[in-house]
Amino acid sequence: MAVAVDNLNNKPTQPVSSTLRFAFGNVLAFVILLLIGVLAFSIRLFSVIKYESVIHEFDPYFNYRVTQFLTKNGIYDFWNWFDDRTWYPLGRVIGGTVYPGLTLTAGTIWKVLQSLNIPLSVETVCVFTAPVFSAFASWAAYLLTKEVKGTGAGLTAAVLLAMVPSYISRSVAGSYDNEAVAIFALIFTFYLYVKTLNTGSLFYATLNSIAYFYMVCSWGGYTFIINLIPMHVLLCIVTGRYSSRLYIAYAPLVVLGTLLAALVPVVGFNAVMTSEHFASFLVFIVIHVVALAYYIKGILSPKMFKVAATLVVSVGLVVCCAVVAVLVAVVASSPTKGWSGRSLSLLDPTYASKYIPIIASVSEHQPPTWPSYFMDLNVLAFLVPAGIIACFSPLSDASSFVILYLVMSVYFSGVMVRLMLVLAPAACIMSGIALSEAFDVFTRSIKYYITNLSESLQIDAGDTVPGNNAAPQIDVLKNDKKEDSLKERPSRKNKKKEKEIEKPSVKSKTEKKPLVLPVEASFFALFLTVLLGGFYVVHSVWAAAEAYSAPSIVLTSHSHDGLHVFDDFREAYAWLSHNTEVDDKVASWWDYGYQTTAMANRTVIVDNNTWNNTHIATVGTAMSSPEKAAWEIFNSLDVKYVLVVFGGLVGYPSDDINKFLWMVRIGGGVFPHIKEPDYLRDGQYRIDSQATPTMLNSLMYKLSYFRFVETDGGKGYDRVRRTEIGKKHFKLTRFEEVFTTHHWMVRIYKVKPQKNRIRGKTKKSKSKTSSATPRSGTIKKNPWH
Amino acid sequence: MEVFVARSRLNLIFSLFIFFSLCFRSSSSLSPSATDLQILTAERRIDLASHIIRVVLTLKVQNDGASPASDFLLAFPPAQVKHLALIQAAEVTGKKRKKYLHPLDVKTTSQAEGPNGAKLYSISLKNPLNSGGSVSIEVSYVLTQSLEPFPVEISQSEPQLVLYRDSALILSPYVIKQQTTVIRTPSTKVESFTRVKPSTQTRTELKYGPYEDQPVFSYTPILIHFENNNPFAVVEELVREIEISHWGNLQVTEHYTLVHNGAKHKGGFSRVEYQSRPTYSGVASFKHLLVKLPPRVHSVYYRDNIGNISTSHLRTGYSKSELEIEPRYPLLGGWKATFVIGYGLPLEDVLFESNDGKRYLNFSFGCPIAETLVNKITNKVVLPEGSKNPSVVIPFSVEQRAETSYSYLDIVGRPVVVLEKENVVPEHNSLFQVYYDFHPMFMLAEPLMLISVFFFLFVAALAYIHMDISIKK
Repeated sequence: MAVAVDNLNNKPTQPVSSTLRFAFGNVLAFVILLLIGVLAFSIRLFSVIKYESVIHEFDPYFNYRVTQFLTKNGIYDFWNWFDDRTWYPLGRVIGGTVYPGLTLTAGTIWKVLQSLNIPLSVETVCVFTAPVFSAFASWAAYLLTKEVKGTGAGLTAAVLLAMVPSYISRSVAGSYDNEAVAIFALIFTFYLYVKTLNTGSLFYATLNSIAYFYMVCSWGGYTFIINLIPMHVLLCIVTGRYSSRLYIAYAPLVVLGTLLAALVPVVGFNAVMTSEHFASFLVFIVIHVVALAYYIKGILSPKMFKVAATLVVSVGLVVCCAVVAVLVAVVASSPTKGWSGRSLSLLDPTYASKYIPIIASVSEHQPPTWPSYFMDLNVLAFLVPAGIIACFSPLSDASSFVILYLVMSVYFSGVMVRLMLVLAPAACIMSGIALSEAFDVFTRSIKYYITNLSESLQIDAGDTVPGNNAAPQIDVLKNDKKEDSLKERPSRKNKKKEKEIEKPSVKSKTEKKPLVLPVEASFFALFLTVLLGGFYVVHSVWAAAEAYSAPSIVLTSHSHDGLHVFDDFREAYAWLSHNTEVDDKVASWWDYGYQTTAMANRTVIVDNNTWNNTHIATVGTAMSSPEKAAWEIFNSLDVKYVLVVFGGLVGYPSDDINKFLWMVRIGGGVFPHIKEPDYLRDGQYRIDSQATPTMLNSLMYKLSYFRFVETDGGKGYDRVRRTEIGKKHFKLTRFEEVFTTHHWMVRIYKVKPQKNRIRGKTKKSKSKTSSATPRSGTIKKNPWH
Repeated sequence: MEVFVARSRLNLIFSLFIFFSLCFRSSSSLSPSATDLQILTAERRIDLASHIIRVVLTLKVQNDGASPASDFLLAFPPAQVKHLALIQAAEVTGKKRKKYLHPLDVKTTSQAEGPNGAKLYSISLKNPLNSGGSVSIEVSYVLTQSLEPFPVEISQSEPQLVLYRDSALILSPYVIKQQTTVIRTPSTKVESFTRVKPSTQTRTELKYGPYEDQPVFSYTPILIHFENNNPFAVVEELVREIEISHWGNLQVTEHYTLVHNGAKHKGGFSRVEYQSRPTYSGVASFKHLLVKLPPRVHSVYYRDNIGNISTSHLRTGYSKSELEIEPRYPLLGGWKATFVIGYGLPLEDVLFESNDGKRYLNFSFGCPIAETLVNKITNKVVLPEGSKNPSVVIPFSVEQRAETSYSYLDIVGRPVVVLEKENVVPEHNSLFQVYYDFHPMFMLAEPLMLISVFFFLFVAALAYIHMDISIKK
């Protein structure tokens, strides 16, 4: 659409052939965008081709389950959904605690398809939501970059974003997670902000608020937007770039955006209450003060203004100090200073590992390593600085915003590996700008050389008959075009600014000379740039195909006799769903909670939502307690089955024994009788003959290695820990193995029911004692009652 | 129109009933025509090898009366009637080498009952049996769910023992001059069997008889307790969707709910024992199932509601294709599993045009899994949009109803013929035909619709670009 508008705008100023050229350019750009969309979609299908069309990992299963509920029961039941299948016996209010954007999006797509009688299942829609939205995201990146640096940069940024590995890792087909739609929403919100900034149109400002609303619906990362935009506004004000366009871009966003954000149940009054949103309101006040100052400056004479300014500033400072003092007092009175745990760990990277083991235990909350930058961004990491430099010549409101976005996201990605995802679009935009500028310079130099060459050729040849009249004309046209395009580029970038200051056109004329490079150098550089792009493409395709496409619920390994599939997780979940009672409770470490509720449809004690630390600590304590104590805990929680993941037989490294450290740590954090040193020998968790007795008697050890020794003739060699296990022969008295999957990766035990007490003294008191004694026993031994 | 036809058919059936009831009132009051028949020799072979029990009854019937007899009655004890899946009868002519079988009609005669609720079925003979004449009849019937696990619950290491109840003597409304019963067990491991002299056991065969001159409706209960570790695979419900696309494909989707119907599993399940001692541990469980599919199947898939199940092998051949599947986990007694099998077939293999211009689908009815009992089968034949007047030809009785389904861009919907039947055994895997009228123009409806939608979209875009709808001038 924007392409067409441009075309119309250019019409009166350009000559006819140029119009035609622009029309072709627009069609070309459109086709390229279409292909970029196809690329973004299809590069994410490796998971479907190599594995199958299935939901991946952990959180997507929850989202899938919520979507199923939505499509089955409708929107009103969804808002009021109290889920009793999870966090037994607490339950969870799903409608009020999820970001509904993704679910509503997929649900709507499904509804539309159903109304067209296209019988796609909810699962299929969920699987392909992420690839579709990554195509949208690359188009949004095109729009944003086009606002900053023109069409060429936009297209380059879009193609880079379409296959940036960092984003692919979160949006392959099947990875049905909030980030899939949130990144699109993020970029699109930024685009609309920049568009408003460039045009000063209230229409775009309103759209911006709606896009922001969609972002709030989709992801908790919306706080990034509501902090980044105020920072940019502040930056503009400080650098003296305040304009009415800035006001229009910001003020409606805060008012409308906050109102809309408060409509989302999970945010609600947080939109005005928590510190994450505080910056936006502060800047909202500041921008009004500045606007007022500019207004007064306009109506007063300079002298009067100075007097008024000193008066206002002195009074204002006092008032401000008072207000700030009150605010600080209010904020400081709350224990977390009004910040949520995750935000705090963003500001202070060491916060989580010190105070919240639950956040620290999640691998995606760890700080990234340097190789992961190269893995996820590849050549973009080198192109970004070039892009920053390109953004500074000339610096506009839009380009300063992009720079700020990049800087902030680089910081955040350094704190949490998960936020690499926010960095990826910024890096793509910057690299897109850099590459496009580079190509611009190189092709221009080559073109300049060619035109010079043809001119000299014509002079050499003298006046030949037919080309005589035509050639100079073409030449002139070419030169015109070149100048046009030269002039055109910066002027189109900031059409509005041109009205205020006539700088860019002047600049372009001064820039024209030094930007022409020697032809050999530019050919060589062009070749190298293309090579660089080639490396990026190869790396991205490799990353998409090999690194990020595994659904993690089904594992494969290549051996000499072909492909081997480990489908143990689903084997266990299918067994649970068909061969246990509907209301049975299954206890497992929280990682498997979402999958158990979604695939096995059984009630779980804890799940990946991790909102109740104590409950998770209870399960952690049970897993690290000896059998009897664990049995009592599980009995008090009504647990019928205990599920453990064990990789020792086939060498699956992320099993429960390797996660045991967190069970001990989180359990010990709440129940002090679990002491981490009891499980450690020489500062290490060991399961071999050196292991501590506490470790060997813990429930997790026993459930993992029960009868394991019989598989390899008495050795008991654990292939993950690469050692023989410490305690080989033991019996379970209170748990019974009811199912173990084919490769032993999931083992399910039944918690034996309480024994009948028949040792009572008299027949009458028997019933009394049998009901009373176990309860009193649990009270004594259970610290969590 | 259809209602009228149905009503007239009902009337017909009703009048037939009255007719038969009149007949049998006379027969139950032991009319001469019925009692005049007698069975000279009877041989019964009962095969207990799998959980589907197959019985073959060879009878030689003689008419001692004066008037010719056209019907012959079979009797079943009420316990067996419930589990009776199928009865077929045939008249045998010729000697051993040149044996010909002429299939005969078997009808239920609900009006007439023998003593103690014995149920009678009547076989209409090909030619009425003249006085003094004799005829050989071969009756085969299939009993399901008649093996009762005992003990009811077994642990992983125990074999599965079952009980079979029947009568040593053949229940019959006629006098049987001489009869024998041979029961074949799956193995030599027979715990016990009721002895009715003369009865003998030779390896896997139990022989009762010969018994001479047994009176009408004589019954001697016997109980056989034996080991049967064959898979008791029962599909509780099977829904087959058979969708015809005139663009050249027949898509079949089969939804299974499979259960191991043998002795219930009790106690834990130890994988280490199951893997290391397969001959002793979990002998009554099953892992593999064989699905017999038509030749030239393509795009076969095997999955359940949480994704693909990777344990399957497909062998395609010229005469048949075989799909070997494993459920996600081995099925021990009482364990359940659900899964879906889907495949496509080239349309020319199954869809034909009849002489009167109608098209008809020729497809198999039952469950393609070998040796499996289906408690309830629902075959849904989805005809293409725009087809009319569907009618079904099927060799046995089924419940039939019509539905409408909507698929890709349908507007009026596709007619669906739903055929339901309970207690289906592999013998029901015969072909059935669905006839319908279809005009090829309907094939173009959806492409044309899409083309026109896009056309109008482009026209609208063109109009929008060329129109100036801004307010300011």
